[in-house]
Amino acid sequence: MASGIRDKVVVLGMGCSVFGERWQDDSSDLLIEAFTECIEDAGLEKKDIEAAWIGNHIDEISIGKGGCYLANALHLPFIPVTRVENFCASGTEAFRGACYAVASGAYDIVLAAGVEKLKDIGYGGLPDSPIFGQLARLVSPNATAPGMFAQLATAYEKRHSIPMDKIKKAITHISWKSHQNGVKNPKAHLRKEISESQICDSPFVAYPLGLFDCCGVSDGSAMAIVTTPEIAAKLKPNQDLVKVKALQISVSSGEELSYNRWDGSGLMTTRHAAKKAYEEAGINNPREEIGMIEVHDCFSITEMVTMEDLMISPPGQAPDDILNGFYDLDGQVACQPDGGLKCFGHPIGASGLRMLYEIYNQLLRRWPEDRLVKNPKMGLTHNLGGVPSQNVCSISILGLE
Amino acid sequence: MIGICSYAGYLPRYRLNRMNIFSAMGWLNPAILMNAAGEKAVANYDEDSITMAVSAGQRCLAGFNPSDIEALYFATTTAPFKERQNANLVAGALAIGEEIRTADFCSSIKSGTSALLSALEFVGTGSGTKALACAADNRLGRVGSVQEMVFGDGGAAILVGNENVIAKYLGSYSKSCDFVDHLRGANSKYDRQWEERWIRDEGYDKLIPAAVEGICKKYNLQLSDIAKVIYPCYYGGARKNINRKLGLDFNQVQDDLMMDSGDTGSAHPLLMLAKALESASPGDKLLLVGYGSGFDALLFEVTDAITDFTDRVRVSDSVRNQIELENFYKYLAWREMLPVEVGMRGEEERLTRWSLVWRSRKAILSLTGTKCLECGTQQYPPQRVCVNPDCGAVDHMVDVTMSEKGGKIVSFTSDMLAATINPPAIYGNIDFEGGGRLMMDFTDCALDDLQVGNSVSFVFRIKYIDPKRDTTFYFWKAVPSGEVN
Repeated sequence: MASGIRDKVVVLGMGCSVFGERWQDDSSDLLIEAFTECIEDAGLEKKDIEAAWIGNHIDEISIGKGGCYLANALHLPFIPVTRVENFCASGTEAFRGACYAVASGAYDIVLAAGVEKLKDIGYGGLPDSPIFGQLARLVSPNATAPGMFAQLATAYEKRHSIPMDKIKKAITHISWKSHQNGVKNPKAHLRKEISESQICDSPFVAYPLGLFDCCGVSDGSAMAIVTTPEIAAKLKPNQDLVKVKALQISVSSGEELSYNRWDGSGLMTTRHAAKKAYEEAGINNPREEIGMIEVHDCFSITEMVTMEDLMISPPGQAPDDILNGFYDLDGQVACQPDGGLKCFGHPIGASGLRMLYEIYNQLLRRWPEDRLVKNPKMGLTHNLGGVPSQNVCSISILGLE
Repeated sequence: MIGICSYAGYLPRYRLNRMNIFSAMGWLNPAILMNAAGEKAVANYDEDSITMAVSAGQRCLAGFNPSDIEALYFATTTAPFKERQNANLVAGALAIGEEIRTADFCSSIKSGTSALLSALEFVGTGSGTKALACAADNRLGRVGSVQEMVFGDGGAAILVGNENVIAKYLGSYSKSCDFVDHLRGANSKYDRQWEERWIRDEGYDKLIPAAVEGICKKYNLQLSDIAKVIYPCYYGGARKNINRKLGLDFNQVQDDLMMDSGDTGSAHPLLMLAKALESASPGDKLLLVGYGSGFDALLFEVTDAITDFTDRVRVSDSVRNQIELENFYKYLAWREMLPVEVGMRGEEERLTRWSLVWRSRKAILSLTGTKCLECGTQQYPPQRVCVNPDCGAVDHMVDVTMSEKGGKIVSFTSDMLAATINPPAIYGNIDFEGGGRLMMDFTDCALDDLQVGNSVSFVFRIKYIDPKRDTTFYFWKAVPSGEVN
């Protein structure tokens, strides 16, 4: 009987580039920036790394296919390098590959990297490409990511009979809260405080989402080096160690897409992945036991429904919890303490590792006082790639020993 | 008995007030004021002759089994393809099946009546029991031209058969000659015409009476025997002159819809015929003329069966169900008469992979999914493994066509980021009646028309145009019907 990887892997070091419109930099520059911090934090040298995984989504804009780009950028000496792609979970997939390599005993020291260079697209938003294959392109609507996620709102309104005005207030608070956090973060892309009326009155991108309900489009890279608890204890004696408590992925089965049961007001995959992750981590009551979360706020409405899909807010209660400040930095469960995708933007392959970077540093109490989560306990990261009707969800849970 | 079994007209939702055109372009050509009364029907940005023929065909076939049809003829002068039979797209969308005869009737606006004649002769010669003639046009005149004022967009469909005939076919009389009043070369987008006095005096004024008198003479009929004479002629003065010359009563002449739709080219005689049939009585003789490069004249006699032929979408519904296209620039942009910036997102690669299209043709053309024989679950696109998580049966499916089923809205949005010539892009998740769902584009609606739970019907529309390869690709879209369920 498989037992999962709880407490079998330790995060030894992490690095994260500054996220933003890095017009002067290639993907390789972003990777080098994150790697320099990561290897120093781990207290290792490049030659110690035995294998690497790299997460990247839009290969045609940035690094191409295969593992060569990362190996070339860092000149990794003929070790196995694997590029993974699983939509917005790509960064977490790289982390998962690295963790499994360590947990299986195949390698001792493994690098998980994520990078995305979006600012070479040439227009706003993500590129229009056949992400679900060629037939889907012929029979699916002329859609964009905001339009697909915006529909969570119209379905949620119907499901819970909560008026759109209240939903709009709640999602406005979400973006406001993330900017409050992001403004303090030197690595965030968007570091401006904005008022709730600025958010609420911003022009519609996709009903009911306005411009400030959408995350930014940025360049960035983040990385982790993982190892076994035994090696970590030797390398970092008498130091707090951040352990992987759970790592789960759930992928849509086609039920949401073609079967009539799902009502479109939340994400089936998040519920499945969360349930498995809580089991793996031994969590019975996530609302009480998890202290901070970095969730996939590609759009504010995604964050809102995720609070229920993670089973932290009861069904229909997310808007009230949000408006009551439950998820603010000083709330019971701090959500997006680093500013989230809202302020970091979403360089797809890097986002999952950027979230882990925040949880890791919060757990180690490395941030200035005004950015620290009051009671970090365990931290959870959540990625959602694709669209609500067809997606990949990843959840990881980190905790101190 | 051979004759008409069903009929329908289709006008797109938008109307352009002709005074609006005059206000914009009268400075260039003040004479277009002469044609500035009424409205013209304008195809939506995602409509063309194929989609309008399908819409007319859908209405015409309501209550009939599409697989009973053995021939489909499509008439148009604005065929989207020179090679790739346009009629096959119409037949495919109407789920008629593939063991049929199809043909495109092109390059003259009398092609509508020629297609109808061929359909009648197909059944008349015993080649089959039912044939469908569809016609549609969306002709363009240059900006500021008379043609821009008088042409309108629309379609019509006439189902011909040998059972339950509502108008018996009595005979025809045709004339074909290289009389050039209008022409369009193979590479021209816009109509070109000779002097108006020529079109009016040597064209309509001579050919229409020759058609009417010729067919009456051929079948030993007096004009007084005819209940309705149906002929296109967009010159109001010429129509009066022709009617006077022939001695026709006002009531004996079918209204030409010029104030409502404009001249819809190859579809126009069939559209007028559909309108005439809506108020025809048993025993009425109808004389139909198709004009262009000569003429076709056809005679019908309405039967008793017409009294039971009710409860259908009528041309008058199409005339009424409309919305004004207030912005003249929008019309120019939709018809690619004005280079507009839709952003770089709109420049992404649109290569159509024909081998894939062939494999998936039923799913694409007639919105055909599958139904599981184990658990009865309907699903789209067609599945081999049943999507019902409690079933999962493999390869135990039958085809099921969703296009006529209707559906309900599960979720929706209105998207300003998506690249389109008609922003915002409106789309949402749809549950098909009887099961199955699909995320679909919406059309012919605004955000305010949508609510979760509302009913939708499906229309065949342009999905995208690939300008690099001069290819149009079609798929189905949802139109909200406004009923809350």
